[in-house]
This record gives sequence, C-alpha cells and structure tokens, in this order.
Amino acid sequence: MAKRVLNFILPLGGIGLALLVWWGASQIVPDLPSPARTWEESKIYILEPFAKRGEMDQGIVLLAYYSLLRVARGFLLGVAIATPIGFLLGVSATLTRMFDPIMQVLRPISPLAWLPLGLVLFQKSEPAALFAIAVCSMWPTVINTMMGVRAIPQDYWNVAKVLRLSKFTTFTKIIVPATLPYMFTGYRLSLGIAWLVIVASEMLTGTPGVGGFLWQEYNSLVYAHILLAIITIGIVGFVLDRLMGLAEARLRTS
Amino acid sequence: MAFIEIRDLAKSFVSPTGPRHVLKGVSLDVQQGEFVAIVGAMGSGKSTLLSLIAGLTMPDAGSVSVGGEPTRGVRRDAAFVFQNYSLLPWFTALENVRLAVEAAFPEMSRAEQRRHATRALEQVGLGNAIDRRPKQLSGGMRQRVAIARAFATKPQVLFLDEPFGALDALTRETLQQELSRLCSEGERPVTTVMITNSVEEAILLSDRIVPIVPAPPLDHARGALSKAERAPATLGTPIPVELSRPRSLAQLAHDEQATQVRAHVVSTLTASVRGRTLWGTAHSTAPAPLAAGAKTALAKPAREIQ
Repeated sequence: MAKRVLNFILPLGGIGLALLVWWGASQIVPDLPSPARTWEESKIYILEPFAKRGEMDQGIVLLAYYSLLRVARGFLLGVAIATPIGFLLGVSATLTRMFDPIMQVLRPISPLAWLPLGLVLFQKSEPAALFAIAVCSMWPTVINTMMGVRAIPQDYWNVAKVLRLSKFTTFTKIIVPATLPYMFTGYRLSLGIAWLVIVASEMLTGTPGVGGFLWQEYNSLVYAHILLAIITIGIVGFVLDRLMGLAEARLRTS
Repeated sequence: MAFIEIRDLAKSFVSPTGPRHVLKGVSLDVQQGEFVAIVGAMGSGKSTLLSLIAGLTMPDAGSVSVGGEPTRGVRRDAAFVFQNYSLLPWFTALENVRLAVEAAFPEMSRAEQRRHATRALEQVGLGNAIDRRPKQLSGGMRQRVAIARAFATKPQVLFLDEPFGALDALTRETLQQELSRLCSEGERPVTTVMITNSVEEAILLSDRIVPIVPAPPLDHARGALSKAERAPATLGTPIPVELSRPRSLAQLAHDEQATQVRAHVVSTLTASVRGRTLWGTAHSTAPAPLAAGAKTALAKPAREIQ
C-alpha cells in the first residue's frame, strides 16, 4: 500500500521540482514565460482542443493529429521498406557485407539534411517530409529484423530441414514468427525516430502540425506557445512509445 | 543388401588450430525394420554421425544409401526426434504436427490433414492437449508431441538423437516403452537409428548396439596428432541384443543375458577411453560419464539492438 502511494507521489514530486526550476529560470531570463503565464496564454488551445480558428491557430489535439497522421504515413512507408530489407540482410551474409558500409554511413544523417534532398526530389513539402521520416526511421527496423533472423536457433532451422519445408513455408511458419518480437522492437524504435523527425520537417516546411505551430509562434514572438508545443511533443512521444511497448510485450509473452 | 548402407564416412570441422577430424572410416549396415542404437560418451561425435546418416550434413568422404538410393539431403520418408524437442513455440501441439503432415502429404485435404495429425497425437496420449502450446506442456509431453510429429509422416526410417536425454527417469521409461510400441506397431517395423549415451536405454530398445570408439591409430600418421587433439571416432563391432520383447528395465536388471550385453558394451566403451590415453591425447581424455545429462541450453541472445 505504502509502495503504491510512493509510486504516485514520487513522480509528482519530480514534476513539481521541474516546474520550480522552470519558474526559477523564468525569473532570470525575461523572455521565458513562467509556468503560470504559459498556462494562462495556452489554455485556449488545451481547453478547446478541437477548435479551428486558422491554418496554424488550432486546438492542440487537432495539431497533434495532423502531425500524427504525417508520422503514421512516413513511418509505415519506412517500415514497409525496412522490413523486407531486414529479412534479406538477415538471411544473406553476402548482402550484409555488400550493404553494411552504406547503411552505417546513411544511419547517422540528420533529418535536417534529408529534407532539402527530399524537396529537390519531390518538389513539394508533403512528400519531402514523408521521405525524410521514412529514411530516418527505417534503420532500427532494418537492424533489428536482421538480428532477429540471425538469432533464430539452429533447432528451428533443423525443423525446416527435417520436415523438408518449402522456402515459402519456412519463411511464413518459422522465420517470420521467430523474428516477430525483434521486428516490433525495431518498430518501436523507428516510431520514436519518426516522431523526432516530424517536428524538424514541419518546422522547415511550415506545414500545419505541432512542429509547424511551434515555429510559427516563435516567429510571432509568442514564447508561451513554444513551451506548450514542446510539452505536447513530449507527451505524445511518450504515449506512442508506451503503446508500441505494450504491443511488443504481448508478442513476447504469447 | 542391407536397407541402410553406411560406407567409410569421414567428417572434419575447421577449428582455430586446424582441421579437427571427428569421424573416420564409419561403416554400418542396418536391416529393414531393425532398431540400431549407437552408444558413446558425450562429445564422441554421436550427433555429427547421426546428422551424416540422416543427410542433415554432408560427409567429407564416404556414402550413405537407404533402400539402394544414395542419400543427398534429408529423405522424404525419414523422421526425426531430437533431444531438445524442436517444437515451434508459436504453434500449438496440433499445429506443430500438422506442419509435418502438410509437408509430407500435400495431396491430403486440410480436414484430412487435421484428422491425421489429431490421430497421431491421440496415439501418444495427448488427445486432450492438442490445443496447448509447448510452453504449457511438461518435458515429457513435449517429447510426446515430437514423437507424434515423427510418426505422423508414416516414416520408413526414424532417426533419434538422444530422444529421452532431457527427461526425468520415470517419464523416460514410460516414453521408451511407448516408442518401442510405436516402432513395432505399423504394418512393418520402422527402421530406426538411435543415438544415446545410456547403455541401459540401448539394451531396452535396440536389436543391436554399436559402440563409438576411437579410430585405430594406424589409420593416421601418429605424429600428426597434436597433444590436445582428440582422435577421430569410428564405430566398433556391433553387439547383438537378442532379448525377447516387450522388455522392461525392471526385468533387464536381473536378466542374465542383459547383464552380459551390458558388461560387453561398457567394457568396449571404457577400454576405448583408456586406449585413447595410450596414444597421446592426455588433455582431452578425462573419461566422460556415460549416463550424463542434457546438453546445455542455448544461451539466449540479447534482443534489443539499436
């Protein structure tokens, strides 16, 4: 019982302390709004989460929804490309040796670097954003799927061999189920990256969404809304990770 | 002509210190319907030998033929039971057996395949556990599923790799008896090659016991063997087990003939262990306990990689 109360109280205490630090900083830096002022200036976005007053001037849930939609599309595109690549690299040592150097070089490139290339390739901001999200978020899925295939125990390969399963059956009945938990770990990490990329790409392209809102409010000198956007981004990212974590845990226990 | 003919098999593996010769000059004939037990200590190359006979791996030299056809890869009419069950954890007992049935009898309808797999599980007493996953089954029950999967494909040849090594003594004897029944039950007995480290199990189940012994030293240059290297293994002279069936461990414990067979097998195996030390393999020849337990489980690899 006491433990449960602590589980509740300790995080609250942490949040309280963080607010205190924020408040202290706002006393020193004149441009930084205090927590109370931030709430005062942002509450219309939170209390009317679905209001639509202008292109950027919308309720926070609506803004987050636009961003999530864009993330979902970019993420699905990235994962749809990454999963088969992961399987191929996992099965073939030759392919791994061929493409590993390229992968290692492409992986650390920032979304800010991919976006201009996307704009050059697709001319429009929306596909450029999707391109940046897909390219940045695919790597954890590629690598985890590849590792998952490699980690399949010899026992399972033996089953395929002694039952003389066809290549297709081996893939659907053995390789995919054995790799599934690894794939989902990859998906969770990929989704985290996709959410990181969305903000940057919206800032650069000025499309409506949490990131676009953040950038516009900075340019209009409404600093409280920057903080609102930052907190929203954090909470949404946290919830996404938790949801994927739940899906992953289910796969692992079944 | 024998049903299974094994001629002069040799196999070596690459190791950091150069090639390691595991098997050499292995020859054996197995008659149709015969149950042969290959007995040896742990690490004597038993499992490698079974993989070669079964076509799971290819030998460096020599040949195996079954029913007059040389073996290339795993045969259609062969079935396996491994020590570690080798069941797929994401499938139920029934689905595991069905996977084998579907692969062996693609011409059957789905309903027929299902019936066939269910019947195979019923035959090993798992009729009411068909929808359970391996994790929800005890070790003995898992091995029953594996046995059901093997017999469901109506094999001509059965390969058993220490099938009861991971089970406790009581479960082991029950399953040994059931296996014995299943092997002799069909229209004609299934030709079986079993690998085991238990002399008792070999006497209980087999028609002939073949001990694994070190290859004679004259076969290879004496100087070429480094001190740490173990001599390649080969098969010793088969020892017939002419006891009436059904047999039971309790009955074998007092049986005069069984005692003789046991003494014969044990002395062949221990002599070979002692023999090894004679020609300079001092480091590797701590005599392995004959009835030692299971192989260590595979270490789980780390899952989260980024």
